[in-house]
Formats: sequence, C-alpha cells, structure tokens
Amino acid sequence: MSDIEKRKIEKKKFAINKTYAEINARIKAGEAVVVTAEEMVDVVKQEGSVEAARRIDVVTTGTFSTMCSSGAFFNFGQTTPTIKAQKVWINKVAAYGGLAAIDCYMGVTETMEDDPLNQVFPGEFRYGGGHIIEDLVAGKKVYLEAKAYPTDCYANTKCKKELTLADMNYALLCNPRNGYQNYNCAVNFSDKTVYTYMGSLKPKCRNANYCSAGALSPLLNDPLYRTTGIGTRIFLGGGVGYVTFNGSQHNPAAPRGENGVPTRPAGTMMVQGDLKQMSAEWLRGISIQGYGCSMAVGLGVPIPILNEEMARFTGVSDEELFTHVVDYGHDYTNCISRDYGQVSYAQLKSGIIDVAGKKVKTSPLSSIVKAREIAEILKGWIKDGKFHLGEPVDYFPTADFSFKD
Amino acid sequence: MYTRIYLLRYPKETADQPIIYYLVKRYDVQFNILKADIRPHQIGIMILELKGQKENVKEALEYLHSLDVTAERLAGKVNRDEKKCFQCGACTGICPVGALYIQRPEMEVIFDPEKCTACGLCVTGCPVRAMEVCFDPATDGVDVTAPV
Repeated sequence: MSDIEKRKIEKKKFAINKTYAEINARIKAGEAVVVTAEEMVDVVKQEGSVEAARRIDVVTTGTFSTMCSSGAFFNFGQTTPTIKAQKVWINKVAAYGGLAAIDCYMGVTETMEDDPLNQVFPGEFRYGGGHIIEDLVAGKKVYLEAKAYPTDCYANTKCKKELTLADMNYALLCNPRNGYQNYNCAVNFSDKTVYTYMGSLKPKCRNANYCSAGALSPLLNDPLYRTTGIGTRIFLGGGVGYVTFNGSQHNPAAPRGENGVPTRPAGTMMVQGDLKQMSAEWLRGISIQGYGCSMAVGLGVPIPILNEEMARFTGVSDEELFTHVVDYGHDYTNCISRDYGQVSYAQLKSGIIDVAGKKVKTSPLSSIVKAREIAEILKGWIKDGKFHLGEPVDYFPTADFSFKD
Repeated sequence: MYTRIYLLRYPKETADQPIIYYLVKRYDVQFNILKADIRPHQIGIMILELKGQKENVKEALEYLHSLDVTAERLAGKVNRDEKKCFQCGACTGICPVGALYIQRPEMEVIFDPEKCTACGLCVTGCPVRAMEVCFDPATDGVDVTAPV
C-alpha cells in the first residue's frame, strides 16, 4: 500500500476532514483562519483539538538560525570566447565548478582562500559563502574568477568579472538540510572553553546553549511529517520556496515522546527557492568563532489543519517539547552517546536548567523574535490570499504513530 | 546610588600617583576597578566603576580632570548595530556582566550600555558582528579591549 493510500484510509477516523483544495479555496476567498504556532497553543487548550480543527485552517511556523547545510546554484553567464569553468571563486571564496560550463554551487561554510582559519585560535571566520549570498541578495557587486582547461567548444582558460545577482542568469537557493527537527542542548564538561557550532561553551558546565524555535519550529509542529512533504510551499529567505525532499540526515526513527515529537535531532528538510526573490534580512552570513562560516536562514512552513490530529500536533507548547543535554567538551567529538538528562524548551527559555544537580545558565542561538516575525509574515501572506498551500506529491519517510487517548 | 563606568586615561606623568586613593578619601565614592593597565612612563588606561552621591562622583571626576586624567563614559563607546543584530541570543552566554541579556517572555535580546565594561568578548562572539567597541585608535594609542 502506498503512503498516499494509507493516508486516505487514515482520514476516515477523524471527526474533521479538510482537503488542501478546500483550504486553498478559503484562502482565495479571503476567509481562511490562520494563526501562528504560538497562538495555536492557547486555541487548542481552550477549544480542544476537534473544535480547533473545525475553526482553524492553517498554522504558520517560523525559525531563523544558522543552517550550515545551505548554499546556492548560480549560472553566471558566458564569456567570449566561451569557457567551461573548472575552478570558480566569488570574492575569493571557492565555489564548486564541477557542473556544466558556467554553473557553480556556493556552499555557505566555505571560507575565503586566505582565511587564517584556526591558526590563531579561536579563528574569526569573517567572510565566507554565506556572506556572499547575503551580499548578492543585498544587491552588492561581487568579483568572480574562474579557471578552465581549453576545449574546442570552450576555448577560454580564465575569466574575471564583477557582477550582481541581477546579472546572474539563474540563482537558486538550494539547502540540502534545513530546519532540523529538534537539536541538542550543548554543555562542556571539560576544563577548557570549547568553541563549537553550538557557540562558545565555558568549562565545567558553566553555560548551556540550545538552538530551536521550540513551539514555533516547523517540524516540531508536524512531528510525523503528515503535511510537510515534497512540494510544500514555504517562506524561504524572505521569498517563496519549496520543500523538495527530506533533508540529509533525516532520521524519523529518533526516540519520540507520547505526543509523537522527537526528543533528539530527527527529521530535516531540503528546501529550494529563487534567490532573486529573497532578501538580505532573511539570509545572513554568519561567523562562528573558532568554528567557521555559515548562514542564518529564515524559514516558515505553513501547516494545514486537515483534521483534529494536526490541530493537536500544532497545539504543542514549549512545556511539551524536550531535548537532551549533550557534552561538547568530550562526548560529541568522540562519538560517545551519553547525555545529561532531558530538558523542556520552557525550561531552556526560562534561562536556567538543572544539569547533573547544578544550575546552569542557558542561551539561545535561534532567534525567537525573528521566528515569530516569520510566522506572522507568512500568516499575513495567507490571509491576504497571496500565498496558497502546496499539497505534497510525496511524503518523507516517517514513523508509526497514533495518539493513545 | 549613582553608578557609572568610566574609561580613564592616565598621562605618562601621573602613572606613579596614588590617584584612586585620593579619589576615595576626598570624595567618598565607591570604586570597582574592572580593568587597569598602568605602567611607568607610559599612557595608562583604567576602566573604573564609580558609585556614590551624584555630586561626589561629579567632583571626583573634576579632580581627575585637574590631574589631566581624562574620564569618558564607557556607555557611549560600545554600540550594537541594530540593523545587523538578529536577536539570536548567543551573546547573552558570553557577556560576563549581564549587559547583554534576554528579556522574557518575548525572548528579546537587550543591550544595556550602562552595565557594559567594554571587555570586547561579544565583538567576536556575535555571529553577525553587530557589536562594536569604538575607541578611536588613532588618538588613543591604547587598545582598550586587549587583554592585560
């Protein structure tokens, strides 16, 4: 039985059954009822999941944080004579050129050729692939260099030019892994400060960093990927994008709580969209001290409330979302699967958690303020009839789950 | 209680004077030395928190001025570029004095320049480099954020 057939059978057990077409018709008519994932918590609490599903059509989510598995494909235009660019640099940051003649891929963690990296520790990593994408969407001119071996059809061996995003024939943001469904809370039990992708962590567990929008986070509101699939239309970098596949490292088999939500890093999304529509406000070059370059990506996924189960999933609050505390001073680097207990996002957001009997100060790395703003923008787009839901043509690998009560 | 943090610059000639002693004795102000780099025959710097009656602090500053020790408020010297900051909160774990903190329940990242001691840790700790310590290096000759 295919996933789609299974879903059709499952549909019968719900009191409320809405289709994408019905919700899209309501959006078109300007009648859709849209709330953010934060607002949905109270709606479900007060009205119950069946009434909430009857009344609410779409719940919008949002997240804005560093997402290292991101980058962009460019087609930068031919030269005379023609070139089959083999090695490509934009502002001295290497792009991958092993594609057709003038296509390349710029990854956000790529650093400048002459970056001292971690030779003076901790390195600053001031400029990299993510900064180039930000500069391009901000309308800035970049300097492109390419080297090639000559062929009969592509005679040129080098090319140097200045260009802007508008000059590119094609620019596609293509992020193989975004919007991690849950992430570790990082501490450091070693006796020296460590500089990680989870920020700088003081020795002997003196601080804890976490990175999730919690109740606003896309996949924490659709824990079994019931509506987020291949073809889901989303807010991406300030423009419209699409979920195009499950992301790399997508792991639906991660342990889950009674509400179906993973308590460890689990699902991920691959997302794509036309870079030319996007804005530098929602794609930001990132420099993580001692770790490297990256990019913060603004992502918002609308979740159609097809039935009471989706209402229940999206009604989840920070108190009901959990993650684990992991040591990045020793355990993470040495692949030791050990943790220092489970904490809720409500505890993390309170500013203090208990780790091994000790009170530890927490800091977020994911912007809740911006996540909320994205969920609000997406809500506005849908309410204004500017944004319609994309019905997935296929679904991510998932896990078996149904609510017990 | 009136509390302010100042950056003091000692001219070469005053480096051997017990200035802080007189400051306390004559003007009845509490002090907290947050950072000091004073060496013989060199321009020295000190980051000093002064607490006391507003009048006393004012007179203490006048006394410093009479010795050619300049005192600048630190608050205006450290800035956050509000356009760059995207409110992630990474700095709140780095700032040792709570000048960068989270306001709950909004989860907004607040910068309180009055609490800032210009240690400079947030400058490289901020992923989008939104924090700036702007002392004019051409006229200052001393890197205030450099470790002593």
